Amino acid sequence: MTVHEPWSEERTRSIVAAHTHLEGPMMPILHAVQEAFGFVPEAAVPVIAHELNLSRAEVHGVITFYHDFRRQPAGQTVLKVCRAEACQSMGCESLVKHAEDRLGIACGETTADGRVTFETIYCLGLCATAPSAMVDGQIIGRLDTAKLDKILAEAGA
Amino acid sequence: MAMLADHDRIFTNLYGLHDQGLKAAMRRGQWDGTKLLIEQGHDWIINEMKQSGLRGRGGAGFPTGLKWSFMPKADPRPSYLVINADESEPGSCKDREILRHDPQLLIEGALLASYAMRAHNCYIYLRGEYIREREALQRAVDEAYAAKLIGKNNIHGWDFELYLHHGAGAYICGEETALLESLEGKKGQPRLKPPFPANVGLYGAPTTINNVESIAVVPDILRRGATWFASLGKPNNAGTKLFQISGHVNKPCVVEEEMGIPLRQLIEEHSGGVRGGWDNLLAVIPGGSSVPLVPADMCHDLTMDFDALLKVKSGLGTAAIIVMDKSTDVVRAIARISYFYKHESCGQCTPCREGTGWMWRVLERMAEGRAEKREIDLLLDVTKQVEGHTICALGDAAAWPVQGLIRHFRGEIEKRIDTYHSGHKEAAE
Repeated sequence: MTVHEPWSEERTRSIVAAHTHLEGPMMPILHAVQEAFGFVPEAAVPVIAHELNLSRAEVHGVITFYHDFRRQPAGQTVLKVCRAEACQSMGCESLVKHAEDRLGIACGETTADGRVTFETIYCLGLCATAPSAMVDGQIIGRLDTAKLDKILAEAGA
Repeated sequence: MAMLADHDRIFTNLYGLHDQGLKAAMRRGQWDGTKLLIEQGHDWIINEMKQSGLRGRGGAGFPTGLKWSFMPKADPRPSYLVINADESEPGSCKDREILRHDPQLLIEGALLASYAMRAHNCYIYLRGEYIREREALQRAVDEAYAAKLIGKNNIHGWDFELYLHHGAGAYICGEETALLESLEGKKGQPRLKPPFPANVGLYGAPTTINNVESIAVVPDILRRGATWFASLGKPNNAGTKLFQISGHVNKPCVVEEEMGIPLRQLIEEHSGGVRGGWDNLLAVIPGGSSVPLVPADMCHDLTMDFDALLKVKSGLGTAAIIVMDKSTDVVRAIARISYFYKHESCGQCTPCREGTGWMWRVLERMAEGRAEKREIDLLLDVTKQVEGHTICALGDAAAWPVQGLIRHFRGEIEKRIDTYHSGHKEAAE
């Protein structure tokens, strides 16, 4: 479980200021904003645009282009299961089904109580220990139903 | 063809059996005499690379030395080297082994390549999902900085800064100009060429983009000499290459072998053979998901190199061999690949944005047989409308697997359509 700070314009400005010395600072800024607030709030878009002297559309375009940036807060725990070829052949689809049944949501959604966000990821590079998953940035190999149940229980779902 | 001799291997820690730290890497011969190589001069390095016959390992197979020679020699703008570590092609899993287990090869190669192209700055664009690789590479870079092998006033006398950049989950960013856009902090949509990156690249400055493997082999080529590298493999397809064998084999693996090794030998000697024996082979996809498949009857004496695979209307790509045995539903497999390209199309060019979705939807129906036979030709026609009509190669990559399927398995699709229709005629009566 990760705790994020609430959004503030001031904090966003200071994040931007900390990265403007970089060439092409947009992606590092967005990563940092997401790390601080847990997502990239709509209200941050005009702030970043203004600070970087870009249009809001340009900032919006970048945020929506990359899968890694989220525009709504995620659940307290983010579970991402790999569904690429190697993990599929090692049975990840039944794990996805198991998690969906247990959480009562479809892959790509967040539970109503905001505890768990369940998503797909494509290839963590751990094909040798497939099926693999990532829980709050920590990667897990050889996922099975028992491990999955433990992860979900710890997340309080 | 004999198996590649151990003394001809470049990647001595491919499987991570040894320590990947700097000291251990140096004991394996890395960073040995790098300064002497640099003292030979910019042009000597580029010339050696040309003589070696190394062709880019990222998929297109463009001669690396020639690519480097396109960089301007006296330009007021800074030059950049960008290393493409956005390994996302389904089936490809070679760069990750280099990044994790032999990262110093890549860093040394980056220094030598940057020096050859008069670049003081190098970016490594690493795909966002590679967590372990990011940790391993960062550790290696930090070690190299601490040992003054790279950085300002380093022991090699060529100021060199190396930056790691993490992607954010987009396959298209592996396309070289999309990668530049992404590095600049924009949407990863490919640029129209010309101007080519060697002229107008990163931040409008001369830039060369190379694959991880292409750069990681540079130090060994220069140390052992271009003639050594050129003596391996086949004419016009020189050297060694990391082959990745996955799918229906007994022991999937990544292995360094000589270019031009027969496919059958590669599968049987290194991967324990096709599941259920060689006769159980249905087809292989020889170079990552984007190249057309090759059916079993053409695989018997097929060799793994750029030219031989081109002759069977496929390609070496990244040499990611996906083996499919006779239990494979080949139509569904290609439909799945089509879905991938639909998902990853950046949406910039209409033929690709619309065509990839169109091809996927038709293939999904064909996998069930819920289609008409005339639609097969229509589908083939659509692939030709997409291929070559887009800014980048993603359109081609989406079209080729479908073309391969229709070329070699038209009968299978027709059979399915017949079965479906006969089943439904009875239902209608």
